[in-house]
Amino acid sequence: MNAPLLVFFFLAAIAILGAISLILQRHPIHSALSLIVVMVALAGLYLLMGAEFVAAVQIIVYGGAIMVLFIFVIMLLNAGVEERTNMSKMAGWAGLPLAIALMGFLAAAVARSTDRVQAVAQSGATAPTKVVAGLLFQEFVYPFELTSFLILVAIIGAIVLAQREKQ
Amino acid sequence: MSDFLAQHAEIIITLIKVLLLLFIVLTVNAYLTWFERKVVAHMQSRWGPHRVGPHGLLQPLADGAKFLLKEDPTPSGVDKFTYFLAPLMALALALTSIAILPFGPDPIRIFGHDIFLGIVDLNIGILALFAITALSVYGVALAGWSSNSKYPLLGGLRSSAQMVSYELSLTMSVVGVLLMAGSFSLRDIINAQAAHPERGILGWNVFPQILGFLCFFTSAVAETDRAPFDLPEAESELVAGFHTEYASFKFAMFFIAEYTSMITVSALCSILFFGGWLSPFPAAWTFAHYLPSAILIASGLWVMWDGIRYETIFGRILLPGVGAVITVIGVVLILLPSVNEFIQGPFWLLGKISFFLFVYVWARGTLPRFRYDQLMSFGWKLLLPVSLANVVITAFVILLRGH
Repeated sequence: MNAPLLVFFFLAAIAILGAISLILQRHPIHSALSLIVVMVALAGLYLLMGAEFVAAVQIIVYGGAIMVLFIFVIMLLNAGVEERTNMSKMAGWAGLPLAIALMGFLAAAVARSTDRVQAVAQSGATAPTKVVAGLLFQEFVYPFELTSFLILVAIIGAIVLAQREKQ
Repeated sequence: MSDFLAQHAEIIITLIKVLLLLFIVLTVNAYLTWFERKVVAHMQSRWGPHRVGPHGLLQPLADGAKFLLKEDPTPSGVDKFTYFLAPLMALALALTSIAILPFGPDPIRIFGHDIFLGIVDLNIGILALFAITALSVYGVALAGWSSNSKYPLLGGLRSSAQMVSYELSLTMSVVGVLLMAGSFSLRDIINAQAAHPERGILGWNVFPQILGFLCFFTSAVAETDRAPFDLPEAESELVAGFHTEYASFKFAMFFIAEYTSMITVSALCSILFFGGWLSPFPAAWTFAHYLPSAILIASGLWVMWDGIRYETIFGRILLPGVGAVITVIGVVLILLPSVNEFIQGPFWLLGKISFFLFVYVWARGTLPRFRYDQLMSFGWKLLLPVSLANVVITAFVILLRGH
C-alpha cells in the first residue's frame, strides 16, 4: 500500500466519521462542528488529487464563511439540544435498502468513469489554478455567469424579505 | 546512525526548523506583550512595567510563570468538549499560519543541505493562509458559546459576524497584488517586486496598490480582533468578551494566538505590499548593506550607555551586558561579509514586521473602539466597495499594458 492511498483512506475515514457524527450529535453546534470536519477532510482529498486551488477554496468558502454563518445563526437563536421524537417507521424500514441502493448506483457511476476522473486529476496536477480559471471563464462562462446571477437574485430576495418583516 | 540521519535528513531538518521557529515565535510573543505595555504606557504618560528586572524586561517571564501556576477552574455548565477545544484550535491555527511564511531569499548551507528560511513553501501560499484565517474564527466563536455565560456568548457572536464581514474585503484587497504577481506563492510575489532592482523602494507593491494596502491592513486588524476592532472582547461592555470564563493557561493560549496572528498579519503586509525581504535602496547602493551593523552597533552602545546609569545594580550589570552582545554582533557582521550578505533579507523583513507590530500597538493606544453598527457599515459600505474598485482598476491597467 503506497503513501497516497494510505492518506486517502485516512481522510476518507475522517470524512465518513464526521458525517456520521453530524447525524448522531444531539446538539446543533456539535453537528455543525462535525460538518466542518467533513469539509476539511474533503479539502485534504482535493489536495491529494493535486487540486490545490480547489482545496484552499473549499476550506475558505465552506469551512470558513458558510459554516461560520451556520454557527452564528445557531448561537444567535440559542438552539438547544434537539429532542428525539419517535422515528418514522417507514424510514426505518426503507432507509437501509435505499441507502445501500444509492451507494451501489454511485459506486457504479464512479467505477464507470474512472478514466475521465483520472484525466481531470492529471490535467489539474500541472497547473491547477490556471486550468480551473480557463474552464470557468472560457469553456463554461455562460453557466458560470448564470449561476452568479441566480445567487444575486437570491441575495436581493433575502434583502426584500428582511425589509418587509421590519415594516 | 549516520545512515539513518542521511536517509531522513529532510524530515529531521524540518522538525528542527519547526521547533526553532516555535521557540522564536513564543519568545517574540512574550516580549511583544512587554513592548505593547511599554509603548501604550508611554503614550499615556505612564512608565508601564518596570519592577521586574531592568525596564521591566523580565516581566514576560513572571507573567508566563503566573499563567502556568494559577488555578484553572472550569465553570459549571460549560460544554466540556468545545470549551477545551476552543483555545487549542485558536492556538494551533495561529501557529500553523506562521509555518507558511518565507523569512529570507537565500538558502543557508549547513552540512551539505540547502536549508531555506521558512518551513514550507507552498505555491498556493496566500490561499493557504486565508484558509487558516477562515478557520481561526472558530476558536473565538466556540469559546464564547461553550462558556455558558452571557458576555462570552455576545463576544462570540460579534466575532463571527465581524469575521464574515471583513474576510470579504481582506481577500478582495489582495487580488490586485496577485494580479500583478501572477502567482499565489509568497516567494513569487516578493520576487515580482524585485523586477527592477535599480528602483528600490519604488518597485514595491504599496505604490500601485495603495488602496489595496489600506483595505488589507484595516481588514486584517479587524480579522485579528485588535483595537479599534476588538469588539469581541470589549472590556468596557463585555467584561472580557469571549475569554471571560477562561483562566490560567487556557487564557494564555488565546493571548498567544492573538499575538501570533498579529505577527502573521505584519509579515503578510510586508511581503504583499512592502517588498518582503527586499531592501528599500536601489541594488547599486552597496554601502546600504552595512546598515544592519550600523543599527546594531548604535543601539548596542546606547543600551550600554543607558545601562551603566541604571538605578539597580542588577540593571547596571544586565543592560551593559546585553548592549555589549548587540555591539559585538554588529562588529562581527562587518568582519564577515558573507554572513552580512546573508542576513540582509531577514533583516529587512524583520524590520518591516516590527514596524507593523508598532503600528498595531500605536492604533491601540490612539484610536477609540468602533461602535457595532459603525463596524458593520465601515466593512460593508466602505472597505468592500473600495477593494472591489481596486481589483477592477488593477485588472484594467494590466489589460491596457498588455501583460
